[in-house]
Amino acid sequence: MPIHCEIVSQDRQVFLGDADIVVLPGAAGVMGVLPHHSPLLSTLKDGIITVRWKGKEEFFTVAGGIVEIQPDQVTVLADASENVEEIDIERAEAAKKRAELLLKQGVPRDTDTYLTIQASLRKSNLRLDAARRYRQRQGGRNEPHQGGG
Amino acid sequence: MPSAKEMRLRIRSVKNISQVTKALETVSASKVRKAVAAEIATRSYAEKAWKVLLHLARQPGHASLHPLLKERSSINNALVLMVSSDRGLAGAYNVNIVRFTLANFGHLQVPVRYITVGRKGRDMLLRRGKNILAEFSDLPPAPTFANISAIGRLVVDEYLAGEADQVYLAYTDFINMVSQVPKQKKLLPLEVESGEGLIRDLGGPEGSDHGVFTYEPDPTEILDQIITRFTSVQIYQAILSSLASEHAARMVAMRNATENAYDLVGLLQLEYNKARQQTITNDMIDIVGGANAQIQS
Repeated sequence: MPIHCEIVSQDRQVFLGDADIVVLPGAAGVMGVLPHHSPLLSTLKDGIITVRWKGKEEFFTVAGGIVEIQPDQVTVLADASENVEEIDIERAEAAKKRAELLLKQGVPRDTDTYLTIQASLRKSNLRLDAARRYRQRQGGRNEPHQGGG
Repeated sequence: MPSAKEMRLRIRSVKNISQVTKALETVSASKVRKAVAAEIATRSYAEKAWKVLLHLARQPGHASLHPLLKERSSINNALVLMVSSDRGLAGAYNVNIVRFTLANFGHLQVPVRYITVGRKGRDMLLRRGKNILAEFSDLPPAPTFANISAIGRLVVDEYLAGEADQVYLAYTDFINMVSQVPKQKKLLPLEVESGEGLIRDLGGPEGSDHGVFTYEPDPTEILDQIITRFTSVQIYQAILSSLASEHAARMVAMRNATENAYDLVGLLQLEYNKARQQTITNDMIDIVGGANAQIQS
């Protein structure tokens, strides 16, 4: 019996479908959710959601949110989420550089700007990391050298 | 009687105006579609979040779970979030929402403070001497959730700090291109009870076999997050719906303006032609008269 999985963010539906197992970055650590899981509500950390269905895996980034687990259903209310395949690496790189530059210029700590920049840097890092590690192997198009880094 | 030159100028300027209003109408039409699509895209999140809240409401002792769910025993003040637009030329759109807001909240027994979205609404409330706590104007033409989450944060903070015992939302509901209706909604405290009839309608068996939730890290933290987000999503939806309404109202207003301009051009053209014909006739009479005078002499 599959478990029904749905990932939504505030401005769109990211994923809807069945899964054999869903792996989530919960507040208390990474957890794998199988069908007939007991009801659970948890906050999510930044990380990767893995949805496996019939031997195929799909990966999604998630930047915080909440997950509700019922025996037959996993509902992820993400603050931001996207399929790893959709990540625009160049844009993420550019965003990361921008954020790092701004931080180097010395924005005063404990201000909203500082926190915003840090959050955006964290997000870029997460996306880049996710894209590098979880892109379905398409002949290493996005990897400069084997074993590098 | 204006001269022929003046009339030609007038006709030309009215024609130019009609071109501008025509362009505004076309632009608004496409913006309506975008805003409506964005609003529809937020629905799945809102529905899911609401479902989770309903599940929570079914848990024993939920009323004591979180202050954002609890109705306060005495209401000493209220906060109203009103959504209007930054720009005019949208027919009665801004006037309607302001009039609606004042009719509903202007005569409350308790002091009311306002948060406004949009410059027009802010100005109108200021002119009437209302107490404005905060204003958000110059939102991007297509606001994202990140743009408005600050509003939700502010509302929740005010409520938790005890500065507001009730929070309402006043916005314009987009029904279709020709009909937009001002509406109000209670944002906080969140009334999950009102939805309980809905659960029973959906069927009992689902309710019984889902045992008690396990919470990670703890219920307060989770409720805190989910209610804050749900509030923000409601505000986001209201803003998008208002945005669609604004553009629809502007589209209709501009279409009327274009039609009026065409009518005016027609009238002016007729008058101009008459005047022109009149001068030609006068000239002819002069010439004929002159010629007759010469023959007789």
